[in-house]
Amino acid sequence: MQTRLDALESRSIYILREAFNQIDRLCMLWSLGKDSNVMVWLARKAFFGHVPFPLVHVDTGKKFPEMYAFRDRYAEEWGVELVTGDCPPVEEMDADLPPAARSAARKTAGLNALIAAHGFTGIIAGIRRDEEGTRAKERVFSPRGAGNVWDVRNQPPEFWDQFRARVPEGAHVRVHPILHWSEIDIWRYIQRENIPIVDLYFARDGKRYRSLGDQDITSPIDSTASTLDEIIAELEVTTVSERSGRAMDHEREDAFERLRAAGYM
Amino acid sequence: MDMTRMKAGAKARGQLRAAVVGHVDHGKSTVVGRLLHETGSLPQGKVEAVAEMCRRRGMPFEWAFVTDALQAERDQGITIDSSHIPFRSALRDYVLIDAPGHREFIKNMISGSSDCDAALVVIDAGEGVRDQSRRHGFLLHLLGIRQIAVAVTKMDMIGYDADRFATVEREFREALGELGVTPGAVIPVSGRDGDNIAAPSGKMSWYDGPTVVGALDGFEVAAPATALPLRMPVQDVYRFDERRIVAGRIESGSLRVGDTVLFSPSNHAAVVKTIENWPRSAPVEGAEAGDSVGFTLEEQIFVERGEIVSHAGNAPVETNVFRARVFWMGAEPLRVGKRYTLRHNTAEAIAEVESIERVIDAARMDRTGTEEVACDCVADVVMRAQIVLALDPAAENPRTGRIVLADGFDIVGGGLIDMAGYPDQRQVMTRRSTNITEVEHRVSREERTRRIGHTGGVLWFTGLSGAGKSTLAIELERQLFARGYNAYVLDGDNLRHGLNANLGFSPEDRAENIRRVGEVAALLSEIGTLVISAFISPYRDDRLRARKAVGTGFHEVFINAGLEECERRDTKGLYARARAGEIANFTGISAPYEPPENCELVVDTANQPVEESVNALIRYVERHFPLVKPRR
Ligand SMILES: Nc1nc2c(ncn2[C@@H]2O[C@H](COP(=O)(O)OP(=O)(O)OP(=O)(O)O)[C@@H](O)[C@H]2O)c(=O)[nH]1
Ligand SMILES: [Mg+2]
Repeated sequence: MQTRLDALESRSIYILREAFNQIDRLCMLWSLGKDSNVMVWLARKAFFGHVPFPLVHVDTGKKFPEMYAFRDRYAEEWGVELVTGDCPPVEEMDADLPPAARSAARKTAGLNALIAAHGFTGIIAGIRRDEEGTRAKERVFSPRGAGNVWDVRNQPPEFWDQFRARVPEGAHVRVHPILHWSEIDIWRYIQRENIPIVDLYFARDGKRYRSLGDQDITSPIDSTASTLDEIIAELEVTTVSERSGRAMDHEREDAFERLRAAGYM
Repeated sequence: MDMTRMKAGAKARGQLRAAVVGHVDHGKSTVVGRLLHETGSLPQGKVEAVAEMCRRRGMPFEWAFVTDALQAERDQGITIDSSHIPFRSALRDYVLIDAPGHREFIKNMISGSSDCDAALVVIDAGEGVRDQSRRHGFLLHLLGIRQIAVAVTKMDMIGYDADRFATVEREFREALGELGVTPGAVIPVSGRDGDNIAAPSGKMSWYDGPTVVGALDGFEVAAPATALPLRMPVQDVYRFDERRIVAGRIESGSLRVGDTVLFSPSNHAAVVKTIENWPRSAPVEGAEAGDSVGFTLEEQIFVERGEIVSHAGNAPVETNVFRARVFWMGAEPLRVGKRYTLRHNTAEAIAEVESIERVIDAARMDRTGTEEVACDCVADVVMRAQIVLALDPAAENPRTGRIVLADGFDIVGGGLIDMAGYPDQRQVMTRRSTNITEVEHRVSREERTRRIGHTGGVLWFTGLSGAGKSTLAIELERQLFARGYNAYVLDGDNLRHGLNANLGFSPEDRAENIRRVGEVAALLSEIGTLVISAFISPYRDDRLRARKAVGTGFHEVFINAGLEECERRDTKGLYARARAGEIANFTGISAPYEPPENCELVVDTANQPVEESVNALIRYVERHFPLVKPRR
């Protein structure tokens, strides 16, 4: 009998294999956080130890030093093809956005530049539906039109695991293989599979990071959970949202939707 | 699976997926928002944030804003796309799918509900059952969702009136009962105030059924179809290293190392050598429905994406023609003769809609014309693919019994396969003996023609029972013989006494019957006989196969009188018996007749006497099989 984690894993593998079969120029975003590490792990499962597309790290230049160290170590150890891209300065971003969202928009701009430079037509991203209201409405294969925008009011039908993988010239498709996972599923899977993650997730001096973004717009939560068991136990009872430490989610009601419509993950 | 995995996985609770559906504005999102609140599933600060959003818009508190996350949704007070939101009851974990109710967003309702275990239909107590209540109910049924509860909401607006509630309940049961939709519980609730959502309401003491959460807790999580025959659509074949791995997800049944598996429709078989895994731990001996796997084979046979892996004794049907009950979402209507991309699991084919048998507008539950199928309608259509597909009737295997239709980039419909009346072509396509060498004749075709006086050939009559095939064939044989032709009639009933005595009238047996007739006709025509075959031969593919067997000299003749006229004649009384249900699979009544598309000759027996038809046939024969002076 399949356990819940087996079922989640199997569906993710199915999605990854569909993406690899159907999309010519495919890459996977590796933000170095827990979700994208699970995603890389799932890819290695799907392709029997191989990652048959490049891992892309869109570097805002403001990640924690631990994250850069983690990236360099595992890119080498896992033998993956790593592509990095820089982000333009914040001054070039939409001045109408509130400060943290404006800062986060750099990542969209960096990603758009990478898409243009490499001609990617498919981008695998590790977002989940339980994270946030607009992500709760995402498709597994989510088309991005010209200018990489998300037309959330007119998403294509998607059912019975038949995906719309092909897109017109100049557009691309976002593939979301762990969309159906929840935060606690991720942690249970990390534990079951023994997947490496950055130490910042574990509590030190009464604080830990629950979600990792840029240093200046991410804050740690109060927590004493310093092992996987303790993190899982904490999540079983918490009523604090996962992204509570992400400043850009709380600035203005529409800030996150605007970011995502413009191409943010 | 090793024990550490079992233990870690077992800690996670079961998860049920439930869709919340119903007519626009009936209060779905409100029920969902309130339910999340009542069960303590909302994160800290969410209620305050929603209060602030409503204050800014100058409106009263709106629970719907919990899931209506888009600005457009909040500004217009309508759900546009389905939200998937987790929540937990005391019993287990859930994902609720808050679907939109507006007709324009049906495709989003389908996208959200398609793989749910259960559904909650929300109905406004004041408005009662409306178009989308019915349509959503019908769609849930097509999507295979059988566990349904109904929440009659906004009870606060009708003064918690038990009589009104009873009326709405009856309306729903009547409207959807005939479709086979039977709700488990019908619950009076107020989404806004939380009555009967998670806790029983003091305002409706006349109701003693479950709350919404209680009804959901009563449903079961659908288990993978491990008990059905093995089906694994091939997703890809990998060669990243020295291994050649066939990858895919097992949709039903199970697979073990050492099993002989059959790939359809290529019909190659091989033995499973290993089931691969990563990280490489203990060897995997078996896998079952739901697992995404990869395996290697003992022999290197050619395998590609789209084939279906099964065990040899329990293989899928092979066909290029089948009926499907389709729900249509295209902006353009579905039309006869139009080509679509048909997707069946991982297989893809160009397919044409050959005919539309009936169209149902689920909102009103009435039939419309059969020229085309408009958006949001459901129809029974006959599809003809350009290649043979391996598939199952939906009633036998829901996972491999469904198709999706695409037009260009867009997915425009989904459907359930129904093979009633259509043959499995596997039998007639498979050549069992392979070590055969044909002998070469030393009498040439020309020599035979000179001896007999004309070339051999086949006039292949096709048409409904009672169209006049046998009458014309017998008369034509007589008159051609008199003119010097070596003509011979192959007739259905005659052959069924001998060569085909072991065949019945099932679609498969009919196909085999026609295959044999085609082969016999081919032999006779090679000898130099002018064969006149008189069989209904209802399937286009069977006739095509006969045409291929005979080669040049095959002339398809459509003996056409129309169903009404044939039924009126009913010389053998068969139509009456078929109508009375005494004869199953009767062509034209309970089994399809596929009229020829490009036949050589049409003989219209409805509008001319027999002599005239025979004369037309004689003229045709004289033109195509001119007599040469026989030499002994
Ligand atoms: N009085 C009262 N009003 C309600 C109740 N439930 C919903 N409403 C109101 O009905 C309106 C529609 O509610 P929604 O929950 O948005 O309806 P919906 O079914 O989700 O609508 P769509 O998703 O757009 O189809 C809102 O103005 C709600 O405040 C209820 O139980 N009592
Ligand atoms: Mg709604």
